[in-house]
Amino acid sequence: MTVLQFMLSNFSEVLRLTLEHVGLVAVSTIIAIVIGVPLGIVMTRRPALSKPVITFANVIQTVPSLALFGFLIPIPVVGGIGARTAIVALLLYSLLPIIRNTFTGISGVDPAVREAGRGMGMTDAQLLWQVELPLAMGVIFAGIRVATVVAVGVATIAAAVGAGGLGMFIFRGVSMLDNRLILAGAIPAALLALVADFGLGAIEKRLLGEASK
Amino acid sequence: MKNIIEFNNVEYRASSGRVLLNNVSLSIGEGEMLVLLGRSGSGKTTTLKLVNRLLEPSKGEIAIEGKNSREWDPIHLRRRIGYVIQDVGLFPHFTVERNVGLVPSLEEWAPERVSARVRQMLELVGLDPAVFGKRYPRELSGGQRQRVGVARALAANPPILLLDEPFGALDPITRSEIQQEFRSLHRQLRKTMIFVTHDIREAFLLGTRIGLMKEGELIAVVDPSEFTRLDHPEARAFSRSLQ
Repeated sequence: MTVLQFMLSNFSEVLRLTLEHVGLVAVSTIIAIVIGVPLGIVMTRRPALSKPVITFANVIQTVPSLALFGFLIPIPVVGGIGARTAIVALLLYSLLPIIRNTFTGISGVDPAVREAGRGMGMTDAQLLWQVELPLAMGVIFAGIRVATVVAVGVATIAAAVGAGGLGMFIFRGVSMLDNRLILAGAIPAALLALVADFGLGAIEKRLLGEASK
Repeated sequence: MKNIIEFNNVEYRASSGRVLLNNVSLSIGEGEMLVLLGRSGSGKTTTLKLVNRLLEPSKGEIAIEGKNSREWDPIHLRRRIGYVIQDVGLFPHFTVERNVGLVPSLEEWAPERVSARVRQMLELVGLDPAVFGKRYPRELSGGQRQRVGVARALAANPPILLLDEPFGALDPITRSEIQQEFRSLHRQLRKTMIFVTHDIREAFLLGTRIGLMKEGELIAVVDPSEFTRLDHPEARAFSRSLQ
């Protein structure tokens, strides 16, 4: 039986695990955006914060993903077995590209533009919403894209802490030495990463429109 | 003549401790165009930024329209002062119209009033609103961008205009055209202006008075006709560059 046949005959399970996978990535990425973008903005206002925050996020990125999931299990509230642990781990991975790109995107706005805005009497909030965020949006969005694609890959490990997702096939395949099973998890995961990247790219184009050219 | 801007023994010290402006006293009357002339790093730009409170004096006092600058709300003050800088600082994601209408919009003018004002301002600086209004800054030449910068600074009808080497980056021909137009614009509008430049020809052409600066000090403030008679090495250096 080929991989394709296996996937078709187990279509409902492939679909269920794919949806679980998408759910893990979507929830963790959205939380990462909600935390990461404001944090990146605060860092541009308080530059002293930028170094420790970026360092912390960098250190987390260096922890091997399987180990990170393992570390989280014994921690109360965020840890344990199940989707919550996976979401926290994915969130920690997604934070760095989002925080960093928000910070560098806003810091990269032409100082002359910022000074002109301040000199003409824009408040800090007006400068942020009307000038800095729109001009940094391309860079921030690139960070979100990277975070999402990375999360799709890392989420395959979520099965190790009982959070489900396409990693279920992969782990089962590894333990049963069954390449078909591994591929039945890996192929949809890879496709998912491509679709996410492409879809976010299309949204970015529509969102930024004329002004980004 | 009423004094619109007054500096009394103003010192500005950068956070590094270096004194960028030392004991400057100066008064600028209504409708005047004071040109601050000096080399790079002489304190001209610092002086401008003290007026619109982008910087605060370390010592001394500055009065704008008779009121101490510290008592002004900085946002309110800046909206009463037009500001044009060398790099223009047009917002790249705003059309020409939105750039020019920025301060009126911030001041929450009605949209029809903003767009009428934008048209008027673009015509004033010699740009056809129908042709240029919807363009983005990147679709303009350097000279056109400077004109938009001037239109934007004038849009909310501020009594004071600060200009920091606004024509410095233009090619010589465009520069002299725009200088001539700007001179007649000043005569027509009678606004109080401080114009920063390192070009003595520009100082002579535009200034009703010239303030010569060197290393953070204001050496002299004189009529253009008296400038060449100033007995100071820096004044002679500038005068020589005229020949």
